[in-house]
Amino acid sequence: MVDIPEHLLQRSAEARAKALGVPVEQVLAEMRGEAPPAPSAPAEAPTPPETAAVVEAPAPGDPDATAEQTPAVETKVVETEVVGPVETPEPEAPQGSLAPVAAPAEASPEVASPPSPVSGGDAPLAASVSPRPVAQPEAIPEGVRTQRLLTVVKARAIQQVKSSPADKVNTWPHLMIAEFTALLVMTGFLIILSVILQAPLLELANFNATPNPSKAPWYFLGLQELLSYYDPQIAGVIVPGISGLVGFMAIPYIDRNPSTKPSDRKFAILLFTFFLAGSATLTMLGTLFRGPGFNFTYPWADGIFFDDLKDWVDFG
Amino acid sequence: MADGNGGLRLGERIGEMATRVRGGSVWESMFRPGSPLKKGYSDSPRNRSYVIMNSVLYHLHPVKVKRHGVRLSYTLCLGGLSFFLFILLTITGIFLMFYYRPTAEAAYLDVEALSTSVAFGSLVRNMHRWGAHLMVLTVFLHMSRVFYHGAYKPPREFNWVVGVVLLLLTLLLSFTGYLLPWDQLALWAVTVGTNMGGFTPIFGPGVKFALLGGIEVTGNTLLRFYVLHVLFLPFVIVIFMAVHFWRVRKDGGISGPL
Repeated sequence: MVDIPEHLLQRSAEARAKALGVPVEQVLAEMRGEAPPAPSAPAEAPTPPETAAVVEAPAPGDPDATAEQTPAVETKVVETEVVGPVETPEPEAPQGSLAPVAAPAEASPEVASPPSPVSGGDAPLAASVSPRPVAQPEAIPEGVRTQRLLTVVKARAIQQVKSSPADKVNTWPHLMIAEFTALLVMTGFLIILSVILQAPLLELANFNATPNPSKAPWYFLGLQELLSYYDPQIAGVIVPGISGLVGFMAIPYIDRNPSTKPSDRKFAILLFTFFLAGSATLTMLGTLFRGPGFNFTYPWADGIFFDDLKDWVDFG
Repeated sequence: MADGNGGLRLGERIGEMATRVRGGSVWESMFRPGSPLKKGYSDSPRNRSYVIMNSVLYHLHPVKVKRHGVRLSYTLCLGGLSFFLFILLTITGIFLMFYYRPTAEAAYLDVEALSTSVAFGSLVRNMHRWGAHLMVLTVFLHMSRVFYHGAYKPPREFNWVVGVVLLLLTLLLSFTGYLLPWDQLALWAVTVGTNMGGFTPIFGPGVKFALLGGIEVTGNTLLRFYVLHVLFLPFVIVIFMAVHFWRVRKDGGISGPL
């Protein structure tokens, strides 16, 4: 059984109290199962014992009294009906006074002197109420519609609404214009670049003429540089394979720090910056500072030994 | 305004015709509600939403984004530019495919002929090559940007993993394309690159053999790299990109769910 939210319980109790002409606190306590039901006065209820029958009598101490009424609906209609007015219940329910809207026959003795609001079990009051009396179905007054509370489903159980106010703008035009501009700038940049710089095309591939030095594409030159320092098992496997690929994929699972503020993640940023600087340095070294035999050269003294990007830096 | 002969000026005639076309039922049927190309488009919050929701291309985007995410300095558009470069490379690549045969005898001559005797051939080949380098760069920078923003943190961990796979696929695409001109640069760069991959202890030699179609770079390798470059890797990368974009929308893109 779910806990019924407080505001729903309150609203239901108010409606019921208004219809029955009893104080809200009493109905509320009764719904929570804290107190036995109080007598009330439906229309055309002639005698005091029968008027008390309209309100059902849950067992004291039963916490789910309200919701457990539902199965009884089919058999004993009157017992489980909550009589309410057509209009929505007002927040100010009658407290200790008569509800004028409820029913004309409210002058019965019990209602004229309603019991004081009870918070706990009230023994004398409980004694005055007959446990499960019989009532007439036609006790509902004209113009009053019957309501019954079947169950209350919490929103959280079905869907989680996580909307919090945020400063948002429409994607069109604000974001799309920026993206379209970036797209045009990139296209323009690429076309101008392609007009100025010719893509390299050396002589036909020749298996018998190994160029010196032989270099990989630039994005692998950092690795090739590493290979000149370390054993292939280390430089070719451990660094790119384990730290490179697996390590990169594992970053979100290693870094469990939930904060995204730079001041909270100095170590992570330091580590990544070290990686960036290291790979950039290695790539630059491999591209520009390695000559014949993959030995160190100075590009300003000996020229650049990298045919792919030669045009970029060597216009002469 | 009337000219000497009492007719309308050409500009006005075109304008009148455009209005008629835009009011016609054919034009009307071509665009979903809210399209700015539709007649009578007005700038309203409702139409601004429709532009995104009713477009097959734009609906990759959410209708609204956080204001700070729109700032150019926040993302530098790196992810979007990577995607755009991929599209540009696809278009230029299809152009190149018309003039290229992946055999050891023909490949080099085809590239040479493309550069000299095909209209815009040289320009398109240059765009394809420099665009590929740029894409490696933008994908890598995009990853760095994501790291510095801590954008891989829950619930977006898995999208980071997909992103790393995309970086790997980008490198493989670039590397397989490197061999295709079949010149000295291509041959020996790929030789060095595959040798490095061959150092992997258990499956390294096997992968190298499968990749090269032999123990060294030959004409078989050219065909394998060609199929990988124009068909297999683009196919795989498109799937991963779809997952990547989907997860951006579902897990949250620019700092939090959108």
